[in-house]
Amino acid sequence: MSGIVQDKKYRDRQKRKDFFITVFIAIFAFIWMVPLLWTFFTSLRPYSDVIQNGVFSKPSSIGIQNYINAYDRMEIWEYLSNSFIVAIPAVVLTLFFGSLMAFVVTRYSFKFNLYLLLLFTAGNLLPVQLVYAPLFKMYIWIGELFGNRNLLYDSFIGLILVHVALQMGFATFVMSSYMKTIPKEISESALLDGASVFRHYWNVILPLLRPPLAALSVLMTTWIYNEFFWAIVLIKSDSKRPITSALGRLQGEFVTDFNLLAAGAIMAALPTLIIFFILKRQFVSGLTLGSTKG
Amino acid sequence: MTTTAASTKTRRRRAFTRGDKFTLSMFLGVPTFLHVVWVWIPAIATIGLSFTYWNGVSLSNIRWAGLANYDTIFTAAPQFYDALRNNTYWLLWFTFIATPLGVLLAYQIDRKIRGSKIYESVYYIPVVLSLAVIGIIWKFMLGPGGLVQALLGYPEIERAIPIFSNYDINTYVILGIASWRHIGYIMLLYLAGLKSVDPSLREAAAIDGATEWQTFRKVVFPAMKPVNTIIIVITVIESLRAFDLIYIIYGTSTGWPILGMLVFVNIYGQAASMLGAAYAVILFLLSIIPIVFYLRTVFKDDVA
Repeated sequence: MSGIVQDKKYRDRQKRKDFFITVFIAIFAFIWMVPLLWTFFTSLRPYSDVIQNGVFSKPSSIGIQNYINAYDRMEIWEYLSNSFIVAIPAVVLTLFFGSLMAFVVTRYSFKFNLYLLLLFTAGNLLPVQLVYAPLFKMYIWIGELFGNRNLLYDSFIGLILVHVALQMGFATFVMSSYMKTIPKEISESALLDGASVFRHYWNVILPLLRPPLAALSVLMTTWIYNEFFWAIVLIKSDSKRPITSALGRLQGEFVTDFNLLAAGAIMAALPTLIIFFILKRQFVSGLTLGSTKG
Repeated sequence: MTTTAASTKTRRRRAFTRGDKFTLSMFLGVPTFLHVVWVWIPAIATIGLSFTYWNGVSLSNIRWAGLANYDTIFTAAPQFYDALRNNTYWLLWFTFIATPLGVLLAYQIDRKIRGSKIYESVYYIPVVLSLAVIGIIWKFMLGPGGLVQALLGYPEIERAIPIFSNYDINTYVILGIASWRHIGYIMLLYLAGLKSVDPSLREAAAIDGATEWQTFRKVVFPAMKPVNTIIIVITVIESLRAFDLIYIIYGTSTGWPILGMLVFVNIYGQAASMLGAAYAVILFLLSIIPIVFYLRTVFKDDVA
């Protein structure tokens, strides 16, 4: 009898506690959204309002005029397409190379497999600043060697290759952990059927890698889209800049019209937000595949 | 019977035809070439260059400098100590405030409180934004004419108070902004880990009369060991890698110096200085500990 009473008391206390926690988390979540909502609100009102009547004034008009201006004057569309011209091939190549490495390392027992995997994973974790100066020089020299200074420096190809080289380690690591869960028997039957290495990879293993490939492609698209350092270091021409590094310059140029800048920032954020809301599951599992090992 | 088994085995061993050997060497060779030439050779070259004087133009200009660059950094570059201090603040803040907050949020949201799916998404949103966008968004909050300025009673742009250049508070401001993203990131990782912890373990602890804190410390936390390691490593590496946000807020003015920025300002532009290479090496040395820690945790089963 007293047990039940105690139990009820305990449950009541728990309920009360849960209520407070929920309220706290809800308030916290609202605060979390304020910066983004405020930027969005700023992007919808004209700049003259803020100048004349201050920040908290009732907007004289709400509309997408700033977005139209950002599209016209900031060439946001061009920068956005630059981002995708870089991100899409970079993701495809990263996943292709990563799957090749993961395939060989987990399906064949060469002695150096583990060392290769270690090398790739460690390379992915190095601070990018350590690679910066010599790589930059290398790009210029290779360009001069082929008589085209902008072969790799200030070119999409050069930027894509840097992303591939650095991100490959993570892709290899995630896919090889995943592949360890695929039974060896599948490979053995392929080998007994006399399949070549290429067929073994292409027809047997690659179709099985669909879940990590889906997860990684979502995650890596956002990563490479958001990448900033290499985009400012390796791209000189303004017309070739991806959106993230272009924003750095635009905020200097349009510092006096921050409603316009807000519209630009929202447009830059939109692709990753859309990807996230549509493919949230893939995004989350891409991150956690890497961290919890399969 | 034994002969067939033996012949199968030889057949399998001979399975590498010349075509297969070629395929395998391409499969391994192309990615490895790209990775080594693009990442490791430049990394080693930076270490070498940190012991030289070089303006970054032609190779014939390189002069041996011994430890001179490091000597300059340690004795004649006050910025270095500012940067080291800021990176340390960043690390301490992330370790003792942002990361535990992310873990706490994950733990509470995992208990399926009402609307937990919505909260999850809300906290994830900053994780998918680029730091460039995050920097700009927070300038709208804190800069002249920003929401916070108005709330503090300075709604007019001309009367705005300095926040990013106020040395008494800018460290907290920067770290607060960085946490906006980091907390969600940690929460995401931890929540995924928590979902893999057997819920009956917690129920058993609750029935035995364990308090919430005891359950977390004695039951959940130990079960999350691999995720805990990853989170520690991510926290340390992110603190050392910090660059984008500072660049967007301060440009190259080193208004709030960090190591990653000192590398950049010394190398970027017309005349490079190998002080930048030395800064990069220092950054690398600091990163080795978390990298090794990570590799050891992740590849423990493979090595043993």
